[in-house]
Amino acid sequence: MKILVPIKRVVDYTVKVRVKPDGSGVDLNNVKMSMNPFDEIGVEEAIRLKERGIASEVVVVSLGSGACQETIRTALAMGADRGVLVETDLELQPLGIARLLKALVLKEQPQLVILGKQAIDDDSNQTGQMLAGLLNWPQGTFASKLEIADGRATVTREVDGGLETLELPLPAVITTDLRLNEPRYTTLPNIMKAKRRPLDVLQVADLPAEAVPSIKTLKVQPPQPRKPGIRVSSVEELVRKLREEAKVI
Amino acid sequence: MAILVLAEHDNDSLKPSTLHTVTAAKKIEEKIGEAEVHVLVMGEKVEAVAKASAHIDGVSKVFLADAPHLAAQTAEALALQTGQHLNASNYSHILAPATTFGKNLAPRIAAQLDVPQVSGISMILDAHTFVRPIYAGNALATVQCEARGVVVLTVLSTSFDAAGTTDTSAAIEPVNKVVPDTSGVRLVGRQLSSSEKIELTSARVVVSGGRGLQKAENFKLLEDLAAKLHAAVGASRAAVDAGYVPNDYQVGQTGKIVAPDLYIAVGISGAIQHLAGMRDSKVIVAINKDPDAPIFQIADYGLVGDALAILPQLTEQL
Repeated sequence: MKILVPIKRVVDYTVKVRVKPDGSGVDLNNVKMSMNPFDEIGVEEAIRLKERGIASEVVVVSLGSGACQETIRTALAMGADRGVLVETDLELQPLGIARLLKALVLKEQPQLVILGKQAIDDDSNQTGQMLAGLLNWPQGTFASKLEIADGRATVTREVDGGLETLELPLPAVITTDLRLNEPRYTTLPNIMKAKRRPLDVLQVADLPAEAVPSIKTLKVQPPQPRKPGIRVSSVEELVRKLREEAKVI
Repeated sequence: MAILVLAEHDNDSLKPSTLHTVTAAKKIEEKIGEAEVHVLVMGEKVEAVAKASAHIDGVSKVFLADAPHLAAQTAEALALQTGQHLNASNYSHILAPATTFGKNLAPRIAAQLDVPQVSGISMILDAHTFVRPIYAGNALATVQCEARGVVVLTVLSTSFDAAGTTDTSAAIEPVNKVVPDTSGVRLVGRQLSSSEKIELTSARVVVSGGRGLQKAENFKLLEDLAAKLHAAVGASRAAVDAGYVPNDYQVGQTGKIVAPDLYIAVGISGAIQHLAGMRDSKVIVAINKDPDAPIFQIADYGLVGDALAILPQLTEQL
């Protein structure tokens, strides 16, 4: 069974982003970039399925600029077998990405696609569900547990209020939640080995899919700052302030 | 033209998130003029949910798809059914709450219509222009959809008040056709937190614990405080990762987004991703032993000290 894992290069989760003064977006100059943490969980899960003998090949794919090769190499160093970069300087949005991924799925014929539930830059939480919708495949979103047996995936999902377990026939789309696994660290020998693993570069035009963005970003602003608060010195003072000043209790 | 709201419910009762979503739909209606707000209820034995929907202020029609295969409310079955309803009627917008229900379902519907989606809107500027937080709420993007095609949106409950209810009932109509689900997806089971627990996203007061509580047992101290305040209990991602509490307690960018009247953060340092989930709370209290913890930067009232010592005192004095 082949598994396809789409990965996105995003601003590292530890970076506090700054909005550009002209309101055109956030400043990405000289900012540390990493693999989207949820996608890293997806890569880890796919590799574990291979280690358990359930998957035969793990293919990672990233869409974007040439710099995404670095992100793909990270996934290869974790243990993925092969990488594909769909190169473009276009701004990509979830629907366009889902269309490109659909084209790639039809080409690669995986039984399982594992994506992060959301990217921590645009926080859309759409691509996996859209891909499943376009392919008309079942979807197991926000997975905290995944088991594959007899051509079916059993997925425990993190839902508001608790957990839900679904059984899906394969092929299927899975999106990862935080507790699915803890991704491994890459080691130097594996990073060296990853350099020899195949990484194909395609152009968007090579895939029969339309990816022109249809949502325009008019401006980006910083959130309203909160007015500065005060320090209280005791529980008594805190309770008094909450009662008499804030009037919330 | 009409605006369609997808009702979130558990087959027995309507979830408050639907009321907030209806308010967003009404705002769009005002911008367009001459539009109606419809609610689509899909499930099994959902008559009570349909009735409750029909009494929401501003709703002019409720459509009901009631069938056994809709009981589990899988995205596959609901997306097909919504698609069928859209074929039969003319809608400019489809709205769902930005909860796990809406997040799971809405993009599948959008993809099947081959239209984009705008996720988690916090403001409506006109019928095609919306504001939404990105980068964990560290930036707000104003985005515009093309004027052609249906606009699919998910709505942040914390940014729109709950719609009220009326004595008069809107008409309830069955959908013109119930479509079978051929996806082969089966619900194995659900493990839901007890219904006595106050829901995080609709609570007036939230008390959240972080790594500073040191172990799972110490969440009992937080629960005592919550009981006194009729508050919901939340947690930081660090506390969830440490296994102190289940994931559905998590407040933050990747968990729940809350905006209560009072948010008390106990032993939470204030990572960017946590702040994204609670920064719109009206009053924020931070209790932390580290005076330099980032949580103090957004707190209205900060108290430096040992959370485990302070919690029982606070519970006692309230």
